[in-house]
Formats: sequence, structure tokens, C-alpha cells
Amino acid sequence: MQRILTFSKGGVHPDDRKVYSRSEVIERLPMPSELIVALSQHLGAPAKALKTKGDTVVKGEKIGEASGFISSDVHSPVTGTIKEIRKVTLVNSVQCDAFIIIPDAEQPADVEEKIDWKSFDGSTLLSSIKDMGIVGMGGAAFPAHVKFSIPKDKKVDSFVVNGVECEPYLTADYRIMLEKGEQALEGAMIAAKIIKATRVIVGIEMNKPDCISHLKKIVAQKGYPIEIVALKMKYPQGDEKQLLKATLNREIPSGKLPLDVGAVVANIGTCNAIYEAIVLKKSLYERVISVTGECITNPKNVLAPVGTKMSDLLAFCGGFSSEPEKLVSGGPMMGFSFFDTETPMTKGSSGLLALGAQKKFRSTACLNCGRCVAACPIGLMPAKLYRYINNGQYEEAMKISLMDCKECGCCAYVCPAQLPLVHTMKTGKKLGRKKK
Amino acid sequence: MNKPTLTVSSSPHLHAKTDTASIMWSVSIALTPAVLWGVYVFGIRSLLVLGVSIITAMVCEYFLGRLYKESTLWDGSAFLTGLLVGMNMSPSIPLFIPCIASVFAIFVAKWVFGGLGANWANPALSGRIFVFFSFTTPMSSFVAPRTLASVLPDALSSATPLSLSKTAVSGGTLGLDGSSLLSSMGYPATDLAQNISAMTGISAFTIDTFLGNVAGCIGEVSSLALLIGGIYLLARQIITWHIPVTYLLSTALLSWMFGGIPSGLGLFGGSFLSSMFSGGLMLGAIFMATDYVTSPISHKGQFVYAIGCGFFTFLFRYFGSMPEAVSVSILLMNIFTPMIDRYIIPRKFGDTRELRKKQKEARA
Repeated sequence: MQRILTFSKGGVHPDDRKVYSRSEVIERLPMPSELIVALSQHLGAPAKALKTKGDTVVKGEKIGEASGFISSDVHSPVTGTIKEIRKVTLVNSVQCDAFIIIPDAEQPADVEEKIDWKSFDGSTLLSSIKDMGIVGMGGAAFPAHVKFSIPKDKKVDSFVVNGVECEPYLTADYRIMLEKGEQALEGAMIAAKIIKATRVIVGIEMNKPDCISHLKKIVAQKGYPIEIVALKMKYPQGDEKQLLKATLNREIPSGKLPLDVGAVVANIGTCNAIYEAIVLKKSLYERVISVTGECITNPKNVLAPVGTKMSDLLAFCGGFSSEPEKLVSGGPMMGFSFFDTETPMTKGSSGLLALGAQKKFRSTACLNCGRCVAACPIGLMPAKLYRYINNGQYEEAMKISLMDCKECGCCAYVCPAQLPLVHTMKTGKKLGRKKK
Repeated sequence: MNKPTLTVSSSPHLHAKTDTASIMWSVSIALTPAVLWGVYVFGIRSLLVLGVSIITAMVCEYFLGRLYKESTLWDGSAFLTGLLVGMNMSPSIPLFIPCIASVFAIFVAKWVFGGLGANWANPALSGRIFVFFSFTTPMSSFVAPRTLASVLPDALSSATPLSLSKTAVSGGTLGLDGSSLLSSMGYPATDLAQNISAMTGISAFTIDTFLGNVAGCIGEVSSLALLIGGIYLLARQIITWHIPVTYLLSTALLSWMFGGIPSGLGLFGGSFLSSMFSGGLMLGAIFMATDYVTSPISHKGQFVYAIGCGFFTFLFRYFGSMPEAVSVSILLMNIFTPMIDRYIIPRKFGDTRELRKKQKEARA
């Protein structure tokens, strides 16, 4: 029996609520009538538009170019015409330019030809990842080529693949592991070659035992030097800090990157995207998104082109079965709630949730109960930070490591007084930075 | 598609089921076994004492809430404070005393500092201490429990066993530990306790204090009933083990090591078990010291706090001249809580020993 690992400090155990969509096979969305392809789908600088109004575009063609070191290319998900370029607001309140693309009735078929990547060297692979616009598929959408460019003075020995999917509801990664496991693991091997890692580890939580056994079988068949590691269910294990602690028992110091402890972390969905980019020469223009929640008539895992409007996804899944209280893009712990169903999904959209009304609690004063302190995976004191920020003492708050907060939501999840802790941390960080 | 009314708010969009009111009511439920035992052994009058304390506390909370334009009556905190005040009263207390104690607890200890969450001292304990020093005689005269009523002489039932042995030791009776001292004074034991004592070798007096067959405050006599409540709170994850276990063990350990000194038994002459079960320690350790508002927020801080409570309880019990060791110790450590929270902070993720060593080397 293999030892089941986890991280030691903090964390919470929300109900996983994956039942709605876990058994739904990935379905391709019928081509929507209109796509809104934003130029800022990733962390960092928005891409520069390469096309203008009226231009025709081909599926997979580059239409936006990376405009800085931390930036990523944007590709057209369809063959069609650009109706206009308009400013849009994304779910995370980012405002940027977006192409409004009208797809042609006839779309080119997917390429079946496979390319053997084993003869390519690391830097060639890295530049094709950049050209294909690969970003982290877990939610933050950090450009993958930046993550995989290892500075000369750093050495990486381990590549950790995140198959944790610790956010409740979401099942996109789960389905990818089950249905595209071979591709994803080959993608992981490609990534390991780029960063010259000798050890490849895939961490999967215990609520996905079928994924663990399925991936183990593939590893045994193909003879990959990959370790599949079972992890205890605990949120936020999908965070790279917690994942590295759980799998390698390494702690990333404050303000440092996984690189600093000799590891790189990537999502299993990213590995799949890498495989498609390298082997199938397919740029990142579509992704799997879980459309789920209590209020969705037919929860599904949908393979949708980037830029699909949320309303199209909802319509494909039969609309609402009952009136939702919240629409959330991403997971319920860190995702963004939004109100406009015309908002497009992006490369980082892992889920679209329609959540029902939750039991209303009355917010009270802080009881000093210490649940937030016990739940914080970083070892902060959220109650104390909350007090400082509300008193306007931003410097004091920063002294007790406000900037280390990653807004995972564990503190607000457990708070019996229902204090808006994450909201306050976000505000405090913004105002604190401004003051500096 | 119809447009639903949507809420937009910051993440997280899920919440654990526990809220303030459910915590407060759970603690009240956890106190039920001790209350039932108290009412059983001390008679129906103790119910009256509890009722007066609770109603006074809630009425007080209601009016102060109106004054502050907050409606806090049903969060359960005032009910709990009133209940704890009542449990800390002698069953024979004149009814105006729990009334005053509850008003002091809610008005002075709680609302003067801003209400729930803002008080620095445990309200119920403050109320108890206030009336204890104001009305010492009625506060320290007790009645015999039903289980010992026929055999316990009035002279012994009017005081708690702890204060009896304290008076005897300061009067010069040396060489006996707590329980043998009490048996030499003629303190009886129930048949059940004697039977268990014959089987286990633990003194019958200790077993009676554990079961609750002694004179004392309504809610504090039965360690067993309080432990049941404590286990319920632990199971519901309302409290963590850090404070109660550390507090009980540190008191017991210190009592065992040094508790024999005043009675002439020397080092390691004190009794480990009876020090844990007697007096208000069990009630204090499980329900009073664990009060969220007035105890430190981090587990590390809670250790320090509980050891402090244990140390002072031991000190006041064996070397002080007054009773109220548990109440005073907890209130004393309440004062230290803000300081503990300021200086004892949890280890930050990534702040490992190796990293600190490296930083030290880099500085050197």
C-alpha cells in the first residue's frame, strides 16, 4: 500500500460536489454564432492585435502577439471573419480589447497527423509552446513558456503535474485524465524534456481513484518514468506551494517560485495542451470547461472554443433548472462571480458554475476563534490582518505578511462570523501597494 | 433565456456550515449533562438560580443591543454567559446575587468594551469574581448533594472540599494528602465510590469528585458530566484539545510535583487525579478557558496561555489564601492574551529552519 500524502499546514475540507458532472463524457460544443476572443486571456501584458476589422482568419491562426516577457500569443479558434474589435470586461474584471469573430459555416477538419517530438531539442520545443500560446490551464493562465524557461543559475530536478483539481464542482481535469490520459502524460514527458527534469510526479487526490489507476496503467504500458502519487483530499492542494509540500516535502519560501526549490509545477490540462501543441501542431484555442452546479439542467464537460460566450455554454447544457443565486467562472473557492452571461470564456476558464441559494448566515463580530489561523495554509493570521486593514493600518498588515496571502479562501470558508476575509485581503493588498 | 437575479461577491462562494450562533448553542448543549447533574443533586432550586441568571443576562443583552442598535440576542452568546454564571453559583445562593453577576457580566465585562468579540475578560468569570468579592459569605456556603445528604454533616457541607482541606492545612494539619485529610475529618463517600475505590485503589474521595458527589457550585461538581460535554465539543470541532488538555495536565502535574509541600508531604507528594477533578477546574478548563474571544488565536499561543492558567491555578490553590484559583487564573491569563497574540505567531509556510540558517549566514 502506497502512503497517501498531503501538505501539513492548514487547509479545509469542503464537500467535493463533483457528482453533477463527473460521469459526463467530454462533449464538443456546436460552433457558436459569434465568438469574443479577448487579447488578455493570460497573466501579464495583453497581446497585440495582428488583425483588424473585416479581416478573415483561419482556425489556429495567430491573431494576437505577445507584447512583453510575461505575455502570450492569441490564436483564432475558428475560420471566419472579424466583425469588430471591441472593449470587453472579462469575469475577473479585466478590461481589454477583443475580436468579435463570426465563424464560417464550414470549418476545417482537425489534423490527424502526428509529429514525433523526440528528435527536437528543448529550446525548439519551448519556442513552439510559445508560438502555440500555451498558458496554465488551471485558472491563473500563466504563460507556459515563461514558466518553462529555466534561468541559467537555477537547476530543476522535478516536474510535478497537478492532477489534484481540489476545487469543488470542477471535473474538467478529471475527464481529461480519464479520456486523454495518454496524451496528457506524453505532454508531461515533453515538458520534462524542456526543463530537463529527471523526476516526473503526477499528484492526484483520493476522490479520483479511477484516474490514479488509469494513469498508473498507462505509465506501466508506455514505460514512462512517471510517478503517480495519491494525495489526501484537502483544499488547496492544487496550489503549487501545497502540492510541492505534499509530493516532494519542499517548502517554497515567501516570495519565491517553485524554481527556487528545484521544481516546476504544471496542470494536467496544460500537459494535454502541450501534447496537442507539439504533436498535433494545434494552438491553444479550445479547452474543456465544466458547466455544472445545482442549477444547471444537464451538467456537462464541454470542449469549447476560447471566446465562447457563457450564454452559449448555458444553452448547450439546457439552461437553468432553477434560479441560480450566483454564476461563477472557475471553482467556487477562488473563482469569480459575474452577472453578464455575454461574457466570454478564456484560456483559463476551468468551470462555469450556477450555484443555488445557500443558507444565509448572519455576519457577527470576529470571535477570535482562531479557525482562520488554523485553516490558513500559509500560516498567516487572517483575523489580525482583517483588523489592521479595516483600521487602515496597511503597513502593519504588510509587516505580518499580507502580501503572502494567495486568496485561497480557506479563512473565509471557515469563518463562523462570516467576515469577508478574502475581499478584505484583496482590498488591503491593493491599497497597501498604492501606499508604498 | 430568463434573466435571474444574480449576486456578485468576492470568493469563496462556499461556506462551512458553522456560524457564530450554532457555536454558542452547541456550547450550551455541551453544558447540559453538567446542568442536569447539578439540578439532580442540588434540587430544583438550582434550576431557579440558572433561570434567573439566564433571563437577566438575556434581558440585559436585549436592552444593550437596542442601545447599540444591534440585534445580538439570538446569537446565543448572552444565553451562554447567563448559563455559565448560573452554573458558577452555589445552589443556596440568594437570587439577587446571580442577577447582579449576570448584569456585571453582560454590561461591564462585555458591552462596555464593545459587545461580542471585543471584551478582554471572560464575562461569566468576571461576573462570578465580582459577586464573590462583594458577597463572599453566601458565595462560599454550599449544600450537600442529594447523594450524600444523609451522611454529610452540615459543618462539612457548607464548604467545598478544596476550601476545607485548605483551612485544615493552614491550621497546621500536616502529613496527609487531600483525600486522606478529608476522610480524617469525616468526609463521607458514596457506596459506589467506595466499591470502585476497592477495585481500583484510587481514593473514594477522588472518585466522588469525579462523579460529582461533593458540595460545590451547581455546574462544577461533576467532572464526568463536564467531560462528556467536552468530548461533544471536541467531536463537533467547536474547541480544539490544546487549551483543555494543556491546562488540566499542567495543573495536575504541578500539583503532583509541588502540591504536597504545604501539607508537609514534600516533592511529588501531591495528588495527580483529585487535583484535576476537584473545584472548578474541569468547568474552567473545558468551558471557560476555551472562550474564543479571550483566549489566544493560534495553537502555539494557546499552549502558552493554558500553561499559564495551569501554573496560576496550582499556585493559588496551594499557596494562596483565597479560593477561586481557577477563575482568577483564567482572568489573569485573559489579560496576557493580547500580548501572546502579538508575540507568538504561527510559523509561516516556507520559513524553514534551513532557510533561517541560510539567512543568518548571509547576514554574517
